[in-house]
Order: sequence, then C-alpha cells, then structure tokens
Amino acid sequence: MSGQTQRLNVVPTVTMLGVMKARLVGATRGHALLKKKSDALTVQFRAILKKIVAAKESMGEAMRASSFSLAEAKYVAGDGVRHVVLQSVRSASLRVRSHQENVAGVKLPKFTHFVDPAAGSAGPSNASPSLTGLARGGQQVAACRAAHVKAIEVLVELASLQTSFLTLDEAIKTTNRRVNALENVVKPRLENTISYIKGELDELEREDFFRLKKIQGYKKREIERQMAAAKQFAEEQLAEEVALKRGISVGAATNMLVAGGERDEDIIF
Amino acid sequence: MYGWEMLSFNIHDGFLEAIVRGNRSGLLTAADYNNLCQCENLDDVKMHLTATEYGPYLQNEPSPLHTTTIVEKCTLKLVDEYKHMMCQATEPLSTFLQYITYGHMIDNVVLIVTGTLHERDVNELLEKCHPLGMFDSIASLAVAQNMRELYRLVLVDTPLAPYFSECITSEDLDDMNIEIMRNTLYKAYLEDFYKFCEKLGGATAEIMCDLLSFEADRRAVNITINSIGTELTRDDRRKLYSNFGLLYPYGHEELAVCEDVDQVRGVMEKYPPYQAIFAKISYGESQMLDKAFYEEEVRRLCLSFEQQFHYAVFFAYIRLREQEIRNLMWISECVAQNQKNRVHDSVVFIF
Repeated sequence: MSGQTQRLNVVPTVTMLGVMKARLVGATRGHALLKKKSDALTVQFRAILKKIVAAKESMGEAMRASSFSLAEAKYVAGDGVRHVVLQSVRSASLRVRSHQENVAGVKLPKFTHFVDPAAGSAGPSNASPSLTGLARGGQQVAACRAAHVKAIEVLVELASLQTSFLTLDEAIKTTNRRVNALENVVKPRLENTISYIKGELDELEREDFFRLKKIQGYKKREIERQMAAAKQFAEEQLAEEVALKRGISVGAATNMLVAGGERDEDIIF
Repeated sequence: MYGWEMLSFNIHDGFLEAIVRGNRSGLLTAADYNNLCQCENLDDVKMHLTATEYGPYLQNEPSPLHTTTIVEKCTLKLVDEYKHMMCQATEPLSTFLQYITYGHMIDNVVLIVTGTLHERDVNELLEKCHPLGMFDSIASLAVAQNMRELYRLVLVDTPLAPYFSECITSEDLDDMNIEIMRNTLYKAYLEDFYKFCEKLGGATAEIMCDLLSFEADRRAVNITINSIGTELTRDDRRKLYSNFGLLYPYGHEELAVCEDVDQVRGVMEKYPPYQAIFAKISYGESQMLDKAFYEEEVRRLCLSFEQQFHYAVFFAYIRLREQEIRNLMWISECVAQNQKNRVHDSVVFIF
C-alpha cells in the first residue's frame, strides 16, 4: 500500500519526533470528532429521507385533490371562472420565507410559508371569503382555493426537505471524505514518519555506541602502546644507567658523532 | 292565445324550429355518456366524440389532448350553431336569440373590467371572453375607470345599457363592487328577459317564464348560500334577488336573513317544486346542491321540447348544449385525472 511507503520528508530529530507525535494525537482527535459529526449528520439525513417519503406521498394526494377541486369549481361555476379569479389577483398572498437551521455545523436552508396580509387584501385570496362566483360555484371556488393552499403547503415543505437533503448529502460526503483521508492517509503517514524517525534515532544511537566502542578500543590500544613504550623507555633508561655506570654509552657516542657530521656541513674541518 | 300560434308560427320560424329540433337529436344520449365514462384516456374520449356531432371539430386535434381543448372545440360547435340560427332568424326570434347571449355578455364585461382594474393586457383578456358574449365595442371597455365612464363611453351603445341604470350609483370599481355589479346586471337582465317573454305571449311566455323563474330562484338560493360568512349585508343580498319567480317576494325575505345552509333548506322546503331537490341532499351538505339544480333544470328544459310553436326550444337547446359541454368537461377531467369513481357524481344525463 501507498500508505506504507509514504512518510513526511522530515529531518529525523527528537524535536521532530515530538512534533509528529503531537500531530498524530491531533489527527486522532480530529478523526474521532469528524466521525461523530458524520454519524450525527447521517441520523439527520435518514430522518429527512423518511420525511421526504411521507411528504411525497401526501403531495400526490394533495395535488390530486386540488386539481380535482379545480375541475369541480369549473363544472359548477363555468370554465370562465378561472379567468375571473386570475384577473382579480394583484400579487401573491402566500409567500415563502427562508431561514437557516444549524445541524452539527451544517447550515440547512428551511422554507416556511406565510400569508402576506398586505397582498392578501388586494385579491380574492384574503382571509375572509370573497364574493367570486356569488351566483354559482362560490363554495367550490373557496374549496378549490383551500385545496390549493394545502397543496402549496405540502410543496413548500417538500422543497425545504429536499434542499436540506441535498445540502446534507454534500456535507456528509465532505465529512466522510475527511474522515477517510484522516484515517487512511494522514494517520498512516504520521505513524510511518514516527517509526522512521524512531528508526533513524536508533540507528544514530547504535552508531554512537559503535563509535564509542571504537574509540574505547583505540584508547585502550594507545594506552597499551604507551605502556609498552614506557616500558621500553624504562628498559632503555635502565640500560643507559648501566652504560653510564660503565663509562659512556656506546650508542650515544656513536650517535653523537654521526649526528654532528651530518648536520654541520658548513663546518670545515 | 293557445292554439293561435300554430296558424302563423311556421311562416317565419318554422324552418328554425325544425333546425333546432334536428340539432336536439344530436345531443349526446345516456348510451354515449356511458361509453365516454368507460374511457381510459383523453384520446379514447376524442375517439368516442368523433362518432358524434362533435367529430368535425375534434378530428384534426393533435394527439396530446387537453381538457380545455375539448371544451373549447365543443363550445365552438355551439357558437357555430348559434350563429347559423341567428342568421336565419327574423324578428322577434332574433331578439329572443340575442337575449340568450346577454348573460355571457355580462360575464365578458365584468371580466374585462376586472382585468383592466388589475392592469392586464386587453388583447389577452379578449381571448378569454366567452365567444357567445362578444360585441363590437368590447375592447374599448378597457378605458373605463369608474361606473359612470364605463356607461357613458361603451355600454350605452350595447344592449346592456338599460341594466346599468340600477348599479350606476356605486362610483369606484373594486373587487367587491364588481361582483355585486355582475349580479345586479344579471338580475336586471333576467327581469328584462322575463318581461320580453311575457310580451311575446302564448306558449313562449308560458314556458319561458317558468324556466326563467327557476333560473331566478336558483340564483337566489346560490347567492344566499355563497354569501354566508362574507361581508355582504342582508340588504345587499336582498337587492341581488330578481323580482320574479316562485320565491318572490316572501321567500326572498326569508332567504335574506338565512345564516346557514340548513336555514336555506327550511325556507326552500315550503315550496313544493324545490322540496324534491332538497330532499335529495342530506343535512349540512351543500356540495350536491348544484348537481340537483342542474338535473332539475335539464328536466325542465327537456320538457319544453314537448310543445311546439314556441321560442323556448331555442333557449332550451342552447342551455342543454352548455350542460352537455359541462358534462364533457367533467368526464374529461375525471378521465385525465384518473378519478373514474367520481365520473358519475356530476354528469347530468340529457334525455
């Protein structure tokens, strides 16, 4: 695996090891937190999914009821009633308001509908029933209006749920990617780096140890050599002493002559 | 007067009566409706309709069919037949035929005025008007800002002018006033039509007055039920009832003070012809009332074909066609929306 071979490009020092260990701890904690967040989001996601299914089912029912009530109104009040209703509307009275909801750090858009009282007074869609279809079909028009308002309510709810669904989906994907990245890339890399640094430090230690051993051996040999030299020197001294006691050192005498003859070339004999 | 019409009726109107009776046999029958109710989709509906008199109007429609298209085409057929009869008619039948369309004319005027108030495009509005209610100067309705102007500039030249005398008092147009204006106009129209029919006399007067009385009573009941819980005051409500009909005047007084549907029922049960209608509906239920009224209307309209030498057949024929278009719209909607179990709820069989 690539994770096995990867490591950070660092100088293997004890300081670096400390830094790496701190980073590993941080990564582990982050991983745990993100995992929790992902779980929370998934729970929310499932709940929304369940609500969406329910809302979709009720939407089918509401839409069918509303379009059928329109057919009923048209049957009783005549086909022209839709024009009458359409022409007498100034602006929409049913408005949608959007606000944000925070779920585990993810901002979910929520839509709620409300009746705009200012716009409502202009059209037949205000709170008090209008006189549309007074002579025929007024009740059906009112029923049709109520059915459509209900359908709009379901639609708004569904829109809100679906938008949160998509946002949540995106958030869950991002979180899971982060969790997986931490788990499969960052943490192994840090661990590899740590083991590498540890390995390098061990190596260095061994080297040091070996070097110390080596130096120790060298020192020992030197001491031995010096001891031997001292011993020799002592023997020589002894011999010289003996020779002095005899008169002159044979070696020294010869040496002196040879040395004098060699060095002083400018002396003319 | 009875019996005397047959001496001279056919001189002017015999041909048209023959035509309208011929057209009557083209109305869809119960068997046709049963076939239509069995349809799986709108193309099936179209296929069944091509075998009827609607065939030429629907056969060239491209396949993704919509309910509005069917209704439009069927209305077109009605308009064509009406125009054909109108061309052949002489006085006083031509006036009678024109009277039939005034209701649509009122609707169109109201629609354009409403649209203008909300600053809509006039050409767009004109497309939405009912073709039976068109008149020459309808586009210039858009200039009017208040009642007086509306009357002075446009409506004075139309047959609707006399009807405005009643509602000319309210100065500015708003949503409430417009709906009241529509109903005031319609009331004046019905009264005028009633007087006209009385003037014609004979079998026409007898049958038409009966039909118009029923129409006026139905409007009174509907206005009462629909105005329950609205800002419409009792006096205003009372003013919208037409001044004739079976309920006039004592029934109107009682209807004007009704506060819920059961009180309306209590009032109506005193009148034997309407007892049967209200007997069909269970207590507290007003949804089925419209169908019950439609059924009663169709029954009365059909009965008018039983007599000869009178103008009511033209009125009855146009109304029956309109009911048939409503039926077709209902069936198409049910088929298109896959609500087959509701099909029979609102279809009124003719003949």
